[in-house]
Amino acid sequence: MMWRATSAVRQAAVVALAALPLQLIWPALGADDAPPVKSRTFSSGYRFVEMSGEELYVNVCRGCHMVDAMGASGAGNYPSLVANRNLEASGYAIDLVLNGRRAMPPFGEMMSDDQIAAVVNYLRTHFGNSYSDAVTAKDVRAARK
Amino acid sequence: MTPACSWAIEDLGAIEDQMQDEPVTVRRRDLLSLIGTMAGSAAMYHAMTALGFASDSRYEGPIRLEGDPRGASVLILGAGLAGMTAALELRKAGYKVQVLEFNARPGGRNWTLRGGDTFVELGGAKQTCGFEDGLYLNPGPWRIPYHHRALLDYCKRLGVALEPFIQLNHNAYLHASRAFGGAPQRIRAVKADFQGQISELLAKVANQGKLDEAVSKEDKEILLLALQSWGALDRDFRYSANLIAAEYRGYAKPPGGGLSAMPLPSEPLALSDILRSRLWRYLQNFATYNFQTTMFQPVGGMDMIGKAFARKVGDLIRYNAKVTEIWQNDRGVTVTYVDPANPGQPQKAVADWCLCTIPLSILSQLPVNVGAAMKAAIDAVPYAGSVKVGLQFRRRFWEEDDAIYGGISYTDLPIRQIAYPNTGFNKSGRGILLGAYLFEGANSFEFTAMPPDERVARAVEFGSEIHPQYKAEFENGIAVAWHRVPFTLGCSGEWSEAARKQHYRNLCEIDGRIVLAGEHASALPAWQEGAILSSLDAIGRLHERVIKT
Repeated sequence: MMWRATSAVRQAAVVALAALPLQLIWPALGADDAPPVKSRTFSSGYRFVEMSGEELYVNVCRGCHMVDAMGASGAGNYPSLVANRNLEASGYAIDLVLNGRRAMPPFGEMMSDDQIAAVVNYLRTHFGNSYSDAVTAKDVRAARK
Repeated sequence: MTPACSWAIEDLGAIEDQMQDEPVTVRRRDLLSLIGTMAGSAAMYHAMTALGFASDSRYEGPIRLEGDPRGASVLILGAGLAGMTAALELRKAGYKVQVLEFNARPGGRNWTLRGGDTFVELGGAKQTCGFEDGLYLNPGPWRIPYHHRALLDYCKRLGVALEPFIQLNHNAYLHASRAFGGAPQRIRAVKADFQGQISELLAKVANQGKLDEAVSKEDKEILLLALQSWGALDRDFRYSANLIAAEYRGYAKPPGGGLSAMPLPSEPLALSDILRSRLWRYLQNFATYNFQTTMFQPVGGMDMIGKAFARKVGDLIRYNAKVTEIWQNDRGVTVTYVDPANPGQPQKAVADWCLCTIPLSILSQLPVNVGAAMKAAIDAVPYAGSVKVGLQFRRRFWEEDDAIYGGISYTDLPIRQIAYPNTGFNKSGRGILLGAYLFEGANSFEFTAMPPDERVARAVEFGSEIHPQYKAEFENGIAVAWHRVPFTLGCSGEWSEAARKQHYRNLCEIDGRIVLAGEHASALPAWQEGAILSSLDAIGRLHERVIKT
């Protein structure tokens, strides 16, 4: 009861933001700047607007799993996704992106079924992973609890 | 609560308390008014205090741990505010205390970056802060509400000097990139125009008799007077470009002296434009419980608090200690740790009890033999994304050119906020702006995923849409993305409603000889007050158990 009220406040905020026009693409920096991606998509609300698996990886996953997908280690770890056998089971990857686990945040409320399918397919076919059984938005929808 | 509005945007605790207390409050109020009528105000105040009314904090003054712990020992994991609070109080109560800390410094997320400091984030990018002497960035917490009484009490007891933190500056900006031609609007004008035109609307329907069912005739007359006063309405209950409204929203030409003294009114923003711009969203940043004036900041940087704690308990802290395993049996707790400079040589610390303040993002990855309920709770809480970018400028143009002294401008650009320094006012020379502050939401992940130099470059690029002076005056910057911070792997515990309901109690209960503390074990996530209150609650229960056994 007590937390439901709080969540309603948050949901109201999310709805308000979602009502804003999405797909804002901000001007790129000049060519003499040296970031790896010259033009970059920024989302305007709570949800991501990036659609392709590659762009989702670069703009979201890379924050923790790093540019080479090797992960990182401090007081705790971000696992490497390179040639990662856990990705063999596509359902496991979908579940992790949807619901999170330990240090991995859930993205189910920030990405659509299509976006989650796209990023899972990207991971399962890059960084030394080559699983040919692509997942679909339908698979993601079925995995949502 | 909108994402990206504060370090701790959600005062879950306050909302929860209000909800929970609602029916009880009504009954208590009835009782109090009876006491007030019968016995006068002094008796009523006394009764109010006894019924928990006059106090607005859970903090009840310095903790008293009475009774002899008979040499019991406590191993504390983490030298942030939760860990050092426990260290200070438990030693005072007679415990043998030892603290293990991952970093080479005390404070944890209570942290300040100054010129010459280096920061290596996960992934290896190293930044050296180029700020001038005396200038700083608080990458983590940066403001203290007046009702965070526990934190304020420790500041007083430890001699930490405070100064005002300005949350609402009427002359700072609200900015919508695609409204008003992209021009930022003064908070003062948006607030006055929004309030004034809502008042005008309400006065109109009241005068049309449309509120007659809801408001008595007598109250309607008072309501109209109130709307006139609150909304800056003229005698016809209209809000328009006149000197009444100008006294609220500001003048086209303010009152002066001599021959040119007479003021000229300014033109209000249209209600429809304010509504569509969604600038009204930002007004809640000045309205909610945790952001109401007065707020404070420590003079010289937030880490003055961590350093003050460390002056009391620093001798108990073993730095550069990365915990790798926590193991308990019915006699005590053994914690294995390594010095990252010497990872091949694990060391062990033992104690009768363990107070663990390690963030759950890390603790969930460690072997810890607690019961299934606590383990499930430890695994249930993801950590919020948050990014702060500090920018040094050659001159304080926001004061010199724009008359903005402290406070925060809010924008729908991905940087979300620009915060102005609340110290060193009206001086010439350099200054630091908080050039981006993201909390939760898509942009916090997008900024985390960039290399640090790009975060700084983007903050300058976006910020120059609000302050064009950026381009000419920018010197250097530093960016902290909390998911890349090696000692937390995230900013703060992000409890969902479902997880809170299912796991919160299990997280906080003592499990054998282990108890957890930190902002994640509080109803004030991401606030330092939450860390301290959680620690005091945990050591109170731990002490009770020690005394009884």
